[in-house]
Amino acid sequence: MNRRPGFLVYGLLTAFVLGSCLPLYWSFLVGSHSRDVLTERVPPLLPGGHFFENAQRAFEAVPFWKALGNSLLVSTTVATSVVFFSTLAGFAFAKLAFKGRTALLVFVVATLAVPTQLGVIPLFIVMAELGWVGSMWALIVPGMVTAFGVFFMRQYLIDAVPDELIEAARVDGCSMLRTFWNVALPAARPAAAILWLFTFMATWTDFFWPLIVLPASNPTVQIALQQLQSGYYVDYSLVLAGAAISTIPLLVLFVLTGRQLVAGIMQGAVKG
Amino acid sequence: MTLDSPAVKPVGDGGDPVGATTSPAGARPSLRRRRPSPWRRRLSRWDTRLSPYLYISPFFVLFLLVGMFPLGYTAWVSVHQWGLLSGQGDFIGLDNYARVIEDRYFWNALRNTVSIFVLSSVPQVVIALVLAALLDTQLRGRTLWRMSVLIPFVVAPAAVALIFGNVFGDRYGLVNEGLQAIGLDPIRWHVDTLASHVAIASMVNWRWTGYNALIFLAAMQAVPRELYESACLDGAGRVRQFLSITLPMIRPTLLFVIITSTIGGLQIFAEPRLFDTQGLGGSDRQYQTLTMYLWELGWRVRDLGMASAVAWLLFLIIIVFALVNLVVSRRVGALGGRR
Repeated sequence: MNRRPGFLVYGLLTAFVLGSCLPLYWSFLVGSHSRDVLTERVPPLLPGGHFFENAQRAFEAVPFWKALGNSLLVSTTVATSVVFFSTLAGFAFAKLAFKGRTALLVFVVATLAVPTQLGVIPLFIVMAELGWVGSMWALIVPGMVTAFGVFFMRQYLIDAVPDELIEAARVDGCSMLRTFWNVALPAARPAAAILWLFTFMATWTDFFWPLIVLPASNPTVQIALQQLQSGYYVDYSLVLAGAAISTIPLLVLFVLTGRQLVAGIMQGAVKG
Repeated sequence: MTLDSPAVKPVGDGGDPVGATTSPAGARPSLRRRRPSPWRRRLSRWDTRLSPYLYISPFFVLFLLVGMFPLGYTAWVSVHQWGLLSGQGDFIGLDNYARVIEDRYFWNALRNTVSIFVLSSVPQVVIALVLAALLDTQLRGRTLWRMSVLIPFVVAPAAVALIFGNVFGDRYGLVNEGLQAIGLDPIRWHVDTLASHVAIASMVNWRWTGYNALIFLAAMQAVPRELYESACLDGAGRVRQFLSITLPMIRPTLLFVIITSTIGGLQIFAEPRLFDTQGLGGSDRQYQTLTMYLWELGWRVRDLGMASAVAWLLFLIIIVFALVNLVVSRRVGALGGRR
């Protein structure tokens, strides 16, 4: 059957992709002009020469460098921790026999639908008791495990590691931990990379919880962006320059790992 | 799934006398030669029995502490007087719930949340389905197209909100300038209730449509191609094939996307919160959502008791919505299948 697409398909796709890029381009466009440009009748089509000037003003207005460092620290730590604990638990659920396995797995799946975000109030109370409000601990510790991660790794490992291989390792006298380390972990690598990426991005873009626990002086990138906009008069060339800068790290990550992201979304859909 | 070679190799090296995977037959003599002591065997048995629990325990311990406990504790807070600074006060039963339900801003927030949710989820699913159908053809540069539709996903909601807040500006905004250029009246995106909902929903649609399209695409590629061939022989056109084969075949995925977007959509926060500078959802709270209402009660009014009541109500609303979605989609799907 002929399913080779014609001009219409390419045309529609191109239109969609242009629409996908337009707001980002607009952000850079406004961020690279002086602030009077917005009051002009016809907006400019090409970037101006004021991007670095606007960016510099943004870095002076809010602690942007600190925010970038904080976001990088929190996202990396959380993603690495989620991947490690999820692989460990996912391996046990996928490949090891133990009493209560089914019931515990059902619990994990059931909690996938529970929006844990709604526990913010007690979490805040606990963080206040621990003296962690305002510090990165408040972001890192609650993010260290996710039910989704465990389920995702279990789904992957169930096919990726043949049972015979684990038995062979055991017969040969490998301890459980070594079996995990030398057999399961290498096989889990592709899925682990995908889980790491998605967790990193989700943590980087999170807004609600950081807004609650972080002060203006020690923000993440998203909170610094919010500060750029506060006040009665909004200087959009400053704000949108900030928005563009805040997107650059993820854009770089996307260029490097876009294939894996696409594969990850498509894999999750088939298995989930 | 094929076996990765790195998965096989490390078993053999590292001091083991015999490669486990290279020659399983050769492993047996070595075992006979070196019979494990009873002590070692008992150790190994304990290893087998306890290790699984050891491996899942970090997840469960942490998850119970930072996931489940807070959810339960929210209920405890919600039946007490509880100030942000003063802490726990008297037990007051369901008073917080009653106060929330009597508050007109609660119902306002609920209306806004549902309105924004409907405006964002329905077009999003429809467009994502069409986009997935477009991608499910023999395109040149397939990977590049797939990556391109995912670009908006890397822009954080906060940045999206700032950009769209400008694009939908009441004065000097790109959209209004465009409307005026073709002779239409400008729309007060930050004032009119419905207009503000459309603007906020468009942020959600922009960020998630490509992502969902990829999920649909994966499901579409799993549909056996023979079905289309025989439909083609029967003279069914593209549209007919899409409605009669593709849609029924990807129904589980459709359900999955609808349920997850319900859970996420009803908690929407960053987009409406950053749509203006005040962060309260407009001068008359035209676009204050439930999560924003929760935040305002907890960290502006500083009444954690009432905010907890809102959290539990929101939780119940999400469950009800997810169940309704499930039932309705099942019904509709069943009808489609019978046709």
